[in-house]
Amino acid sequence: MSWFTKALSGSVGKKLVMSLTGLFLILFLIEHLIGNFMLLKGDGGVAFNEFAHFMKHNPVILVGEIVMFIGILLHVIDGLALERKNRSARPIGYATPNKSAVTSWTSKYMGPFGIIILIFLAIHLYDFFRYKYFSPVDNMPGTDISDLASLVYIKFQSLVYVVFYVIAMIVIGFHLNHGFQSAFQTLGLNHAKYTPAIKFIGSLYAILVPLGYALIPVIIYIQNISN
Amino acid sequence: MNLTLKIWRQKNQQDKGGFKDYKISDISPDMSFLEMIDVLNEDLVKKGEDPVHFDHDCREGICGMCSMVINGRPHGPKQAITTCQLHMRSFSDGDTITIEPWRAKAFPVIKDLVVDRTPFERIMQAGGYVSINTGGVPDANAIPIPKNMAEDAMDAAACIGCGACVASCKNASAMLFVSAKVSQLALLPQGMIERKSRVEKMLMQMDAEGFGACTNTGACSAECPKEISLTHIARLNREYYSAKVYSENV
Ligand code: HEM
Ligand code: SF4
Ligand code: FES
Repeated sequence: MSWFTKALSGSVGKKLVMSLTGLFLILFLIEHLIGNFMLLKGDGGVAFNEFAHFMKHNPVILVGEIVMFIGILLHVIDGLALERKNRSARPIGYATPNKSAVTSWTSKYMGPFGIIILIFLAIHLYDFFRYKYFSPVDNMPGTDISDLASLVYIKFQSLVYVVFYVIAMIVIGFHLNHGFQSAFQTLGLNHAKYTPAIKFIGSLYAILVPLGYALIPVIIYIQNISN
Repeated sequence: MNLTLKIWRQKNQQDKGGFKDYKISDISPDMSFLEMIDVLNEDLVKKGEDPVHFDHDCREGICGMCSMVINGRPHGPKQAITTCQLHMRSFSDGDTITIEPWRAKAFPVIKDLVVDRTPFERIMQAGGYVSINTGGVPDANAIPIPKNMAEDAMDAAACIGCGACVASCKNASAMLFVSAKVSQLALLPQGMIERKSRVEKMLMQMDAEGFGACTNTGACSAECPKEISLTHIARLNREYYSAKVYSENV
């Protein structure tokens, strides 16, 4: 092993990878949310499709997308490795649970939340992302821009799908309720000067961003049944 | 006070072990928790039974030996104290108290409530020391140290190596212990010589002993009798990254 892979394979090294990839995903979620909001514009998805088209043909975004997929892969691999190591560190548990609620409960279930997010991600990529590059869909009439928005509108007509989507967003909120501020602690950034601000922004992010995502299928579903 | 004790009994490392109930009466609320177990043990010895084995030494909160999980919490229900500093007045007459050993793969049970904490010694041997010159006694005030640094180092040095951090952590992680030891020496001029290699070696030993990694839940700091802060874990992380980037070792 080179010094570099060795530095990242110990338990602190793995956490550094978790933290950096997690923060990158946190940034990505904002960009993705801005795109998704265009679905609500009431223009039949034109703005959304144009945005997706622009993103697909922008080399900077393309590189970002590749980096993100490598990031997800590393986050999942190291996340599962840590979860395994951590579970094996206490083969015999306690008879009485520790009832003092000193730690946030979300911090105790980062692995289970991650696995739910992973399942959601697999379905999500299959249902939507696949059509962006691998299974071309029809273009919007009179343009060379693929009509991805229609795919979304159709999927969100199903109540089961909408409920599933909303639950996944709640789980992402839980994951980030702890994950956001934890990533900074992992980077070694813990100081009376700014840690309260990080914690505040993290709690806000973990509510507002998943809420934003969850509202979109709910609104589309309601609009659809009231039409 | 009359109490029911539910105590983990285990003959040796190989034995499977299990809980055993004991009734105990006429306990003074002013007794310490360990004195209460002493009373039980005298009783057991009189009856010709094997007394409950538990670690203890100073009985004043400085040696870190008195490890036991009481009703699910390391060192019992009170904040910032060890078991020997816990008094029976923290319980009520008629209570049932569950007493278990530290649970961690790295801390196997030797007998009853006694666990093997030598993994901590091996982590210390790996890097928890400083190089000093022999010769004449140096002037105690010859090395300038900023007051806030000295205070931070002193806070870290308060760690008594009890292992409550490992016992309380869902991952049985030893990060709080290691962070206290690395911090203490990283903050002081005396610790500079081994500063970079220390953090690398101690963390490597920590991983080798089978402790879990840190999920930053904060359970350790909340249960630590010396209230070692999570800021020391942040410093440990910084020390590690900086050692990996700057140190001379490859
Ligand atoms: C929307 C996607 C995701 C985002 C934004 C995200 C973000 C984060 C962040 C910021 C952390 C904190 C890192 C730290 O403590 O330094 C974290 C931890 C974690 N993530 Fe994710 N994550 C995502 C998806 C996943 C997935 C798919 C898994 C699947 C296994 C996963 C598993 C974990 C685990 C196990 C931890 C805790 C590691 C530990 O502290 O022991 N995450 N995540
Ligand atoms: S950090 Fe606290 S809980 Fe952990 S060994 Fe030191 S004194 Fe005990
Ligand atoms: S016996 Fe020494 S700290 Fe409790």
